[in-house]
Amino acid sequence: MTFDAVASNGLAGVLAIPAVAAALLAVLPDYRATARLNVLAATLTLICALSLFFGRPPPNSYLLVDDLNGTFIALTTFVGFTTSIFSASYIAHELETGRLTPPFVRFYHAMYQVLMFAMNLALVANNIGLMWVAIELATLTTVLMVGIYRTHEALEAAWKYFILGSVGIALALFGTILVYMAARPVIGEGLDAMEWTVLVSRAGAFDPALLDLAFVFLLLGYGTKVGLAPLHAWLPDAHAEGPTPISAVLSGLLLNVALYALLRFKILLAANAAALAPGPLMVTLGLLSLVFAAFMLYRRRDIKRLFAYSSIEHMGIIAFAFGMGGPIANFAGLLHMTMHSLTKSAIFFAVGHVAQVKGTQRIADMGGLTATHPVLGWGLILGIIAIAGLPPLGIFMSEFLVVTSTFARAPLLAIILVFGILVALAGLFLRLNGIAFGEPRGPSAKAQASYVPMFAHLAIVLVAGIYIPPALVAWFQNVARLLG
Amino acid sequence: MSGIDFDIAHLLAGSLVLISFLELYQDRLYSLLNIYALHALVLAASVAWQALIQDAPHLYVTAGIALVFKAIVIPVALHRIIVRLGIHREIEKAVGVGPAMLAGIGLVALSMVVMLRVTQDADPLAREDLAFALSVVLLGLLMMVTRRNAVSQVVGFMSLENGLVLAATGAKGMPLVVEISVAFSILIAFIVIGIFLFRIRERFDTVDVRELDRFRGERR
Repeated sequence: MTFDAVASNGLAGVLAIPAVAAALLAVLPDYRATARLNVLAATLTLICALSLFFGRPPPNSYLLVDDLNGTFIALTTFVGFTTSIFSASYIAHELETGRLTPPFVRFYHAMYQVLMFAMNLALVANNIGLMWVAIELATLTTVLMVGIYRTHEALEAAWKYFILGSVGIALALFGTILVYMAARPVIGEGLDAMEWTVLVSRAGAFDPALLDLAFVFLLLGYGTKVGLAPLHAWLPDAHAEGPTPISAVLSGLLLNVALYALLRFKILLAANAAALAPGPLMVTLGLLSLVFAAFMLYRRRDIKRLFAYSSIEHMGIIAFAFGMGGPIANFAGLLHMTMHSLTKSAIFFAVGHVAQVKGTQRIADMGGLTATHPVLGWGLILGIIAIAGLPPLGIFMSEFLVVTSTFARAPLLAIILVFGILVALAGLFLRLNGIAFGEPRGPSAKAQASYVPMFAHLAIVLVAGIYIPPALVAWFQNVARLLG
Repeated sequence: MSGIDFDIAHLLAGSLVLISFLELYQDRLYSLLNIYALHALVLAASVAWQALIQDAPHLYVTAGIALVFKAIVIPVALHRIIVRLGIHREIEKAVGVGPAMLAGIGLVALSMVVMLRVTQDADPLAREDLAFALSVVLLGLLMMVTRRNAVSQVVGFMSLENGLVLAATGAKGMPLVVEISVAFSILIAFIVIGIFLFRIRERFDTVDVRELDRFRGERR
């Protein structure tokens, strides 16, 4: 096989494997086999994604692989892979306790792969219309999965997510149409005027007023999916009421994919000198999300809701970093996004098992976790320490970079940033104390958990806080330059 | 482009905005669904007219989808659902007719000001279509906000999508992939909604969204 063939097979695999797996999982009855098949499909997708680092097909009018989305694809497929392992043990427990019945598990697995397909498609799409379709598909699959338990709360969360998500998606489509309108006089009618690579190369000649308006719609639309305040209302409910593997994928991946869409359009606007600078808008929304979510951490009684607000906080920091722009802030944003995905999904792996052994998500009903379930408890503590941004873990590194680069350019903004981070840190530690230490509360039955995904993620975050391989640094620096 | 082509396109797009206003003050689900069917019908006519004057035959597909699915299949299905649920008699509104209409007028004025100002260089048909489309989108949003009933929120969402289709067809030569996906996503959305309504009924014996609100928020 030639080199090119490997490259295009890698791209095809990233899309075709989840699609085929989804079809297979929808018809196969045995849940043990389907859980394994789910893991197998995720593994193969990861291999295909990694092969893209060694060679990539040239972009065509629908698909594109470059350094920017290569990074996102690798992260998405990796977390998708580890989550599938966690999901297998989580789902087995749900079946035992009868919260899910076999037909629902079949549906769940099929939807999991459809979601992976949709996210990968959104990442590799070179056509802004195709990207929109993929994000819409991802939204619909997650709506279905959030409502899968069919409890009052789950239905309410799914309905809210569906309505807010659809409105966001609708606004994003309007923005996409406006981009086409801006491009048409310059590029001409047809597919070319929606092709991202063509758009960027000719963006300088677009009508800046139309582009500005388009970006406002895109920011509101995709920003809803990123979970930026004040558009975040769906996020805590969707995280709290759906199955925990889906919370992990939502926080760790889907928010990133929506952010990726925003970044693509940010690059587009940056290529037009007369258009408004998208940075300040993202900085404002990012800071608002950070400070708002940091304060919201204090009154949380539900453990998954707590970490959902923490996700809003971190997406705020990431949007802020990318909004500041420049090589260092972009580098920090990329690093923070990677670290947040890994840490937050690790936390949700722990939380999923904790909620299962305790039989509740109420923080007040779980305590002394380090005494009853030492491995889970200490894993969760490590995760919380990491997500709060304490050294020597990876998130400390990236937050430190964001803060120092901001202090050099806009000290006032940096003060707000540090304030938000500190408020969030205190809020998390307040809760950590109640969850992990003190009088043991609730059942103390042994957990049948798979600890490997959780500790694998935490190990990467720990190592990244101390040492990042020069090759990876160079890679991130390269992507940061692309982001402008 | 000759004057009459432009005028008819203008008339159809303008009617869509007016029908959105009609939807805004319907206080019975039956009549709301009928008005929605009319909305979709006018959309189909508008898209078909665009297909004719732009000489873009693929747009007829979009028009056909609007006619068959949105103007016939979906209203009929929703009719059946509300009869089966026994909620066809009334609508509850969160906001009165007067304030809702005033807010609607404000939104239309806003979209005219915004769109006409930024699209001065675009061709007149596209720019006015876009202004109308944004009005329809915003009125759909307004309807979702002012209604409490899940079915009427869904109708609001669907008229919002109609506005998007109007915008997509007004943008001359926009590739087919988008139109089909728009129509297709509405179909999926409808299936999702159908499942939801079914489940909501099963669990709550009502489709009043306020009943859902009781369960929101923290576990206490």
